[in-house]
Amino acid sequence: MKKTLTSIAALMAISSPAFADGALNIYNWGNYTSPEMIEKFEAETGIKVTVTDYDSNDTALAKIKAGGHGFDIVVPSGTYVPIFIQEGLLMESKPNEMENFKNMDPQWVDVEFDPGRNYTVPWQWGTVGVTVNTAVYGGDINTAAVVFDPPEELKGKINVVPEMNDVMGMAIHYVGGEQCTDDKETLMKVRDVLKAAKPFWVSMDYGNIEKFAKGDLAAGVNWNGASFRSRVDNADIAFGYPQEGYPVWMDNAAILADAQNVDNAKIFLNFIMDPENAAMLSSFARYANGIAGSEEFLPEDMKTAPEIVVPEELKGAAYVAKTCPPSASKLYTAIWTDLLK
Amino acid sequence: MTDSAPPASYATVAEKRASRVRWMLLAPALVVLLFAASGPLLITLVYSMLTPADYGGVVWKPTGDAWFNVFMQRDIFDDTLSWSSAHLSIFWRSVKLSLMTTVGCIVFGFPTAYFIATRPKQQRDLWMLLIIIPFWTNILIRTFAVVELIRNEGTINTLLMWTGLIDEPIQILFTEFSILVGMIYVYLPLMVLPLYASMERLDFSLVEAGYDLYATRMKVLRRIILPLVKPGVIAGSILVFVPSLGAYVTPRVMGGGNQLMIGNLIELQFGQGRNWPLGAALSITLLAIVMVALMAYVRTAGKEGPGHG
Repeated sequence: MKKTLTSIAALMAISSPAFADGALNIYNWGNYTSPEMIEKFEAETGIKVTVTDYDSNDTALAKIKAGGHGFDIVVPSGTYVPIFIQEGLLMESKPNEMENFKNMDPQWVDVEFDPGRNYTVPWQWGTVGVTVNTAVYGGDINTAAVVFDPPEELKGKINVVPEMNDVMGMAIHYVGGEQCTDDKETLMKVRDVLKAAKPFWVSMDYGNIEKFAKGDLAAGVNWNGASFRSRVDNADIAFGYPQEGYPVWMDNAAILADAQNVDNAKIFLNFIMDPENAAMLSSFARYANGIAGSEEFLPEDMKTAPEIVVPEELKGAAYVAKTCPPSASKLYTAIWTDLLK
Repeated sequence: MTDSAPPASYATVAEKRASRVRWMLLAPALVVLLFAASGPLLITLVYSMLTPADYGGVVWKPTGDAWFNVFMQRDIFDDTLSWSSAHLSIFWRSVKLSLMTTVGCIVFGFPTAYFIATRPKQQRDLWMLLIIIPFWTNILIRTFAVVELIRNEGTINTLLMWTGLIDEPIQILFTEFSILVGMIYVYLPLMVLPLYASMERLDFSLVEAGYDLYATRMKVLRRIILPLVKPGVIAGSILVFVPSLGAYVTPRVMGGGNQLMIGNLIELQFGQGRNWPLGAALSITLLAIVMVALMAYVRTAGKEGPGHG
C-alpha cells in the first residue's frame, strides 16, 4: 500500500510542471514584477519563471495558508512578515549568508519584522500618502484632510485603497493617536471621521494608476509609486505626505516553507540583491528598493522624483507600519465593516 | 410448487444483479456529489462553528459566535446589543439587486428571444451564436468592457459631452445603478437561452388562431404566449437570480469596492477581516436564502399552473 502511494506521488511529481527542474513560481502583487528583470534572470540562469498576481496581503495569506498553491516565493509587506513567520509559512532561507547580502542598505537589515534578515530580502519600500490632481484642487496637499475632510472640489472624486491597516493607521494619526491603539475614545473619533468622509469617496479600490492619469479620480489614499506612475502620464498629479503622520512600508521577497524549487528560489533572492537588478525592479514599479548602490542604475527622473525623495520638513511625520495585535485588529475590522456596509 | 420456485429465485438473482448494476452506474455521480458538493459544504458548516485563529484559519474550539454575529452585533464602544445592521443591509442590497437583475434580464431577454424564435429557421442559429459569443468571453473582460463604456472619461460620457447634452461627465460608474447594468449585461445570455428554447417549441398557429378570434396583441401575449413559455421564464429567472445573489466580480469592479454585496462581504471575512468562521456562516446563510427564495418562487410559479384561456 505504502509503495503504491509513493509511486503515485512520484508519478504526480513527474507530471506536474511545478516540480520540473528549472522552474520558479513567484506569487507577487499585480503589476509589480519588472518583466525585463525576469527576462534577464531567465537568460542568465535558464530557470523558467511564472508570476502569479495577488492584490492584497490578506489574499496572499489566505491562499498560502489554504495550501496546494505551488508557489516558491511570496512578497508580503513588513506588517505581514511576522504573521507569515508565526504561521510557519516561510522558510528560514538565511539571505544574510548569501553572496549579495553585502549590498543591502544597513538601515534595512535590522528591521523589526525580520531582525538580521533570516527570512526576507527587500523588494521595494515606500510610503502611503495622498494623491491629488492639482488642476482640480490647488490647496495644501500635505495633509490627510484632502481625503478625511475633503474640500468641495474633490468630493465624489476620491478613491481610498481598501488596505484596512494603512487607512485606519492614517485616520488614527489624523485624529492625534498612535498606530495600533485600542483606546476607545480615539477610535470613536476615527469612526466618526471615516463615516463622515465616506459619502465623498467614489470608490475603494486598488489599481487606480490609469484612473488618476485619465482624470476619473482627483484625490485618494495611495502608494507613492502608484502616484508616480500616474504623474508620468499626467503632470497635474502630485503626491502629498500627510503631516499628521503617514506609514512607511516595505515589501519583502521570501521563500515559502513548502516551496518545491528551493534552490532556484535562493538563486532568485540573491539575484534581486544585486544593485543593477534591484534598480530594474525600481524603474518598473517606481519605488525605492533598499539595496545600496542601485541609485546609479536608476533612470534620471527617479533620482529627483518628489514621490521618492521625502521633503526634509515632513520626514518626522513618517512612522514604520507594524503588525497590530489581534485585539486592536478586531476593533478595526468592526469599524471597517460598519464603514463598508 | 417445483414449477414456481426456480423462476422466483431466478427473478431475485436478476433483480439483485440489476440493482447492483444500477448502484455501480450511479457510483461516479454519487462520489462526485459526496466529495465535491456535500463534503465542502460540511467543512464550511463545521468551520462556521469554530473559533477564529488570530491571523486567519480556525482554532478547534466550538462556539456559536460566528452565527450570533451574522445577525447580531455588540457595539464595540458602548457594548449594546442590536441587530447587525451592517450585515442585514448588505444582504438586503444583494437580494434587491438580484431581483432587479432578474427583472431586467426578462425585460431585455424576452423580446430578444422572441425576435430570434420568429426568424426563418436557417437564420436562428446565427442569431443565437451572436448571443452566445460574448458568453464565451471571460467575465472580467466583459465587465471591464462595460466599465470602459460608462466611466467618466469613457465612451458614453465623451459622446454626450461632444454632442453638448451635458457639460461635465455624469457619475455612472461606482453606483448601485452601474452594478445593475453590469449584472444584467453579464447574465443576459442565461435568460435568453432557456427563453429561446421554450419559444422555439411554441406553436405559432395558436398565436394566429388568437388573432383570428380578434384578440388584441396584448391579449395574445398575455393569454397565449406567456403561459406557453412560462417554463422558460422560470428556468431563466432561476439561472439569473442564483448567481446574481452570490456575484463577486461584477459588484467589486462596477461598485468600486464601497458597495458591498454578500459575495464581497464573505471575501472580506476570509481576507482582511481574518474571521473564517464568520465567513463560513455567511456563506451558509447565503445558501439558505437561495434555497428559501427558490422554494417560494417555484411554489408560487407552480401553483398558477399552465394557464389556459
